[in-house]
Amino acid sequence: MPLTENELPPQAAPAVSVAGAAAPAPSGLIEKPPARRRRKRQTWREALEKDWQLYSLALVPLIFFAIFKYAPMLGNVIAFRKFRPGGNIFGDEWVGLRYIELFINDPTFWRVFANTAILGGLTLIVCFPLPIVLALLLNEVRKKRFKKIVQSISYLPHFLSVVIVVGMLMQLLSLQGTVNQIIGAFGGEGIPFLQRAEWFRAVYVGSEVWQTVGWGTILYLAALTTVDESLYEAARIDGAGRWRQTWHVTLPGIRPTMVTLLVLNIGTFLNVGFEKVLLLYNPLTYETADVISTYLYRVGLVSNNLSYAAAIGLFQALIGLVMVLSANLVSRRITGTSLW
Amino acid sequence: MVTEVIAKNQASPTRTRRVTQDSRGTRVFGAFNTVFLLLLCAGMLYPFITVLAQSFSSPGAIKAGQVSFWPVGFNLDTYGAVMQNETFWRNYGNTVLYTVVGTAIAMTLTTTYAFVLSKKHLKGRKVLIGIAVFTMFFNGGLVPNYVLISSLGMKNTLWAIVLPGAISVFNLLVMKSFFESLPRDIEEAAQIDGLGWYGIFGRIVLPLSKAVIATMVLFYSVAFWNDWFAAFLYLDKSELFPVTLFLRNLIAGASTSTSEGAAAAGTTTELLSANIESVTMILTVIPILCVYPFVQRYFVSGVMLGSVKG
Repeated sequence: MPLTENELPPQAAPAVSVAGAAAPAPSGLIEKPPARRRRKRQTWREALEKDWQLYSLALVPLIFFAIFKYAPMLGNVIAFRKFRPGGNIFGDEWVGLRYIELFINDPTFWRVFANTAILGGLTLIVCFPLPIVLALLLNEVRKKRFKKIVQSISYLPHFLSVVIVVGMLMQLLSLQGTVNQIIGAFGGEGIPFLQRAEWFRAVYVGSEVWQTVGWGTILYLAALTTVDESLYEAARIDGAGRWRQTWHVTLPGIRPTMVTLLVLNIGTFLNVGFEKVLLLYNPLTYETADVISTYLYRVGLVSNNLSYAAAIGLFQALIGLVMVLSANLVSRRITGTSLW
Repeated sequence: MVTEVIAKNQASPTRTRRVTQDSRGTRVFGAFNTVFLLLLCAGMLYPFITVLAQSFSSPGAIKAGQVSFWPVGFNLDTYGAVMQNETFWRNYGNTVLYTVVGTAIAMTLTTTYAFVLSKKHLKGRKVLIGIAVFTMFFNGGLVPNYVLISSLGMKNTLWAIVLPGAISVFNLLVMKSFFESLPRDIEEAAQIDGLGWYGIFGRIVLPLSKAVIATMVLFYSVAFWNDWFAAFLYLDKSELFPVTLFLRNLIAGASTSTSEGAAAAGTTTELLSANIESVTMILTVIPILCVYPFVQRYFVSGVMLGSVKG
């Protein structure tokens, strides 16, 4: 935990930037320092007197954050305390690291941990590059109208509820569904995809592609418009064809965006789509489909081992936090772009 | 939808003059690119089309695996059955209620907090931003949230659905960037005229922010409309369910036994659960599809705004 506390101020300073270097610091910076220095000396009493209306506007949202975001964070202490349903929400008595030891010695935990890493890794490998490719292809389209239509269609799956997405998947992949109709047309035997553990990862990653590839192009397309036109001209004069222009001008031009998004994705790759897995899996596919979050859901809320599940959840959240922070550090070292 | 797309594409005048200037390689690439993107669109839309086709098809045709692009054995019986189902309409109404109340609360909290955060002179502003941003990277997790909502007595109430998701930090940052981009002199003039921050917020900033407010309303509504998990966790009574949870129960039923799915829909006819699911999916997705063209205009700018350093 000390790590998180130390890291809070730096990330607090500027808000998140996904486009990274695409948005340079505003020129307004130059006039800022004197004003800032004067205001630094302002005492809290003066600030409250002058801006009490602003502080009062922040009050309700702050209460919201305290209750619905920070109280659950503290609620994680039940990972170290015995929790009795209906009792104190912060647990009743200290049990130390008992629950941590419990999951470290739990073979199921390590299986779901491996599943999570594999599923997250596959999703990252497949879903990260595809939007770049699609954005490059869209960028080559001359007819504005056509480009717009393709974009609209490809963004659409992003707005669907997971329940709808899974419902559609089930229909497409059912024994009567389109995929099996095609297999049947080629004389193959029907496959109950969602009942087969070996198919789960393909199904999951495929549906992720469908949902995210279009939406993922937005930032790249925006970055592509900022690539300097004269660089293309220079490359053309040097005799570079379409392909080499793409390789030597376009890709370096969108590199900051690529790196930032890659960092963000690596940092969050363990957060595989919990809701989708929960809807999509079944006991027959647990072997490959069960991930940390679904396991802790079953342990905690179905079997009521709340403390044990909280220990697993805390572990996962801490790993996630460390990964985002270190990915950001790496990105800053390598490219000078960071998320905050 | 595909026909519409193709029609639009053909209708748009092609700029042949420019194309002829390009080399042959470029032209060939352009043609391939167009074909590829058309195929991609068809693939993207196919799941919608097949669900739509199934919703109008006869159970027999679905069972025989004959339905793909086009309804086989066209009929409206399933629509009739679902629309007569009281639970379905009650749950649909719940979804509308949760969406409206949730969006109203979320907008109130998000706009006020974003307004405060956008005031660069404010003492303690960085701490206030940090409090919000930190929750993007670390959150309490499933179990503590569940324990909290239960112990607050919010289970089986509207509040469990609408309150926990009331501020999306992403939306908050988008709004904050927007407020920061507003011209300062108007506010300063208003201050000189003796207007306090409440007045500036209500009478100047909000009227100037109609576009971004519309975007955020749509973002939040889509999120609340689509949500099922909060309801799944915190609601036990089927009369409180949103329609997404109704659909989830149909789907979950279908994967174990077909009869359960039909039972969940409350139909006694011999309709296939695939039929009922399709119809429910179509009816659930229609509002999103109606809103979509309007959101679309804004969301690109929304994403861009959010990505600009605050």
